[in-house]
Amino acid sequence: MEKTINLTLKVWRQNGPKEKGRFETYQVSNISTDSSFLEMMDILNEQLISENKEPIAFDHDCREGICGMCSLYINGRPHGPDEDITTCQLHMRKFKDGETVTIEPWRAAAFPIIKDLIVDRTAFDTIIAAGGYVSVNTGGIPDANAIPIAKVAADEAMDAASCIGCGACVAACKNSSAMLFVSAKVSQLALLPQGKVEAKRRAKAMVAKMDELGFGGCTNTGACEVECPKNISISNISRLNREFLKARFSD
Amino acid sequence: MSVINSKIPEGPLAQKWTNYKNHQKLVNPSNKRKLDVIIVGTGLAGASAAASLGEMGFNVKNFTIQDSPRRAHSIAAQGGINAAKNYPNDGDSVYRLFYDTIKGGDYRAREANVYRLAEVSNSIIDQCVAQGVPFAREYGGLLDNRSFGGAQVSRTFYAKGQTGQQLLLGAYQALMRQVNKGSVTMYTRNELVEIVVVDGKARGIITRDLVTGELQRHFGHAVVLATGGYGNTFFLSTNAMGSNGSAAVKAYHKGALFANPCMAQIHPTCIPVHGEFQSKLTLMSESLRNDGRIWVPKKKEDAEAIRAGKLKPTQIAEDDRDYYLERRYPAFGNLVPRDVASRAAKERCDAGFGVGTGLAVYLDFKSAIDRLGRDAIEARYGNLFQMYEKIVDENPYETPMMIYPAIHYTMGGLWVDYELQTNIPGLFAAGEANFSDHGANRLGASALMQGLADGYFVLPYTIQNYLADDIRTPRMTTEEKEFVEAEKSVKDRFEKLLSIKGNRSVDSIHKELGLVMWDFVGMARNKEGLQGAIEKIAKVKKEFWTNVRIPGNKEGMNIELEKASRLADFIEIGELMAHDALNREESCGGHFREEYQTGEGEALRQDDKFAYVSCWEYQGTEKEPKMDKEDLVYEYVEMLQRNYK
Repeated sequence: MEKTINLTLKVWRQNGPKEKGRFETYQVSNISTDSSFLEMMDILNEQLISENKEPIAFDHDCREGICGMCSLYINGRPHGPDEDITTCQLHMRKFKDGETVTIEPWRAAAFPIIKDLIVDRTAFDTIIAAGGYVSVNTGGIPDANAIPIAKVAADEAMDAASCIGCGACVAACKNSSAMLFVSAKVSQLALLPQGKVEAKRRAKAMVAKMDELGFGGCTNTGACEVECPKNISISNISRLNREFLKARFSD
Repeated sequence: MSVINSKIPEGPLAQKWTNYKNHQKLVNPSNKRKLDVIIVGTGLAGASAAASLGEMGFNVKNFTIQDSPRRAHSIAAQGGINAAKNYPNDGDSVYRLFYDTIKGGDYRAREANVYRLAEVSNSIIDQCVAQGVPFAREYGGLLDNRSFGGAQVSRTFYAKGQTGQQLLLGAYQALMRQVNKGSVTMYTRNELVEIVVVDGKARGIITRDLVTGELQRHFGHAVVLATGGYGNTFFLSTNAMGSNGSAAVKAYHKGALFANPCMAQIHPTCIPVHGEFQSKLTLMSESLRNDGRIWVPKKKEDAEAIRAGKLKPTQIAEDDRDYYLERRYPAFGNLVPRDVASRAAKERCDAGFGVGTGLAVYLDFKSAIDRLGRDAIEARYGNLFQMYEKIVDENPYETPMMIYPAIHYTMGGLWVDYELQTNIPGLFAAGEANFSDHGANRLGASALMQGLADGYFVLPYTIQNYLADDIRTPRMTTEEKEFVEAEKSVKDRFEKLLSIKGNRSVDSIHKELGLVMWDFVGMARNKEGLQGAIEKIAKVKKEFWTNVRIPGNKEGMNIELEKASRLADFIEIGELMAHDALNREESCGGHFREEYQTGEGEALRQDDKFAYVSCWEYQGTEKEPKMDKEDLVYEYVEMLQRNYK
């Protein structure tokens, strides 16, 4: 049967990119444990609107764990206290009655805060633009079955391609490194014959762009893999390093 | 007699698209650079069009409300994408894909458009593989296919349960490649708020920067709307929270026709509504119906005991279960098309046999697990079972899933001709935003096909045909009076919204609209209910414009203001849907009028009276819209009553 809980929320509020931020404390009561975390945030926002206050801005869209838009840092963990999920898939049954919950935006130099809990992740798009694709135009393409691809390679490429670009890996990393994100795309394309042709060029271009945008270096702590909602493996980082070294040696 | 010209090319069905391409006008490379194309939306249709037109050398400006083009809601499509490759050698062909789509759409789509869709479907798969989309493969290294509702062949290509994501990322990467080259300029967190028409032609848009609140003017020789569907009119739907119908409404206000607005698809397998705080509904893929059996208790007292928590579904004996789809449709069983499955669930729940809150039925995998073993089921549907368990906190391997229908997709949309151009010259609509290919009901795995067909393989030709006459039109300055006036009207509208300072939040009014829509313009409609709905929506409209509360101001990021602006447009779409549903005195596909059904409760079309596309024309805020007709002529397919028994 339905159970409800009361919570104290400490939420990061910040009016704009250059403004100073601060934590505000709010109370919410009678929250159904069947509701999602973001539905709890909706309830809090309705409460704020009824008090004529500005609601808390947070990013979200599909609310089914695939668009990669939601990005909350809850009680010190990207996407909160559950495994293999995004914030929108987190449910209130993971919290205890009377608990204090701290909610912050992703913290990384390359992801500046826009407002409250919303950050700017354009840097990820810029990295993809630098080389995260196969350079083919529309049309004039050979038949889809012209090149057989081993099932194992296709499946492995699919696993790497599951990345939703949420940025939890960057938020979890003490160096704010984007290596898991970059390596997932480099791996996916390097594993497929279509992408292999320009694999070296891609690895170099994407890594150079990542460094330029202010992401930190990778020190192999593995925190990114733990917090990744899609279970992207850090073995992709090893593959990226191999591709990158190959590219350097062949220069 | 219809005055609407759909510009279908001459020649036999299979030659029309080839004929069109052979005779269309072209633009030479040096002129392409001088032509600006605005594309609104970065889903499958928008991103594929922007990338392709950029590659061709046009100067493209691409807009999205999200923080990145990769977030568009196409990303959430699970099941797959259809194509007529016939790799499994099971008898598929372009004609069969065309025929299944026409029949699935209950004979309310245009033959020539649908044939072209089937014709280009194979090129889409080639394109995506070349981009590095990791489709599922067989051990021999070739592509795998699976079957989907409404077809007798296996023609669906898929990438796990994330096909939409992988196709969108393919298009997104092609798009970002063009951004890098400078042929596409990307505008993120930027929302279309008005369309600019100069001398009868679409020449630009006004947008609001969602971060700064600033209004911006953008010129384009042509404008493409690839802004998705309007399912969120119902508040609760499987659409993303930000999905909206505002771009279509802006076009409608400028004189573009809105076609078949009442055609909305209700998907039978979604997680049921569980409380008032609910913000959206989650889809469980259609593929689950391959192995899941749908049932409710045979006895009302069992259903009541289950609802009261006194009985568990696993305690109901086999003989006391009503597998109502298998009972009613022995030939197709649990794999009947979406509209049929949805109505059957509603019928049982309305009759008092529902479980859960009363608005749910069971989707049971027990017999499949007994037959194939738990591991086989886990391999097929593991990610979906996990998603269900995270939301509902019940283990679907042990107890049946509960499901109920929910609004999922809108077949209706902006009216377009064969070239995907609206009746406003220079204004095009692509993907779910247009009405073109699915008639009254869309088949599974066809939305992805249509979005990419429009963007990769149709618009690059048809826009060129339009722009060929525009090569002497210089870029306009946005200081022209039409731009200045358009911006002023937007500014006035936002100021008006902010000045209401009422007592109700945007969401509370949106939920009220959604309930009216679901109760009276939802799965089953009737004359009296629809007439009442029109009055009720008018009341919601009045409440909104006199009592909405939007904190903050128009400068800077203001999410409530964004939502309010979209809700104002959803209210208009709601009105339009009700008018259209009232006018269409027949049942077809997703549109079910209770007055028009067979003795067995099946949809009854009225082909002699309603074999047309209803095209609604805006007459002003206080006036009822006017309807024109585009008659549907079937030259190649015979119109039959759909039969899944």
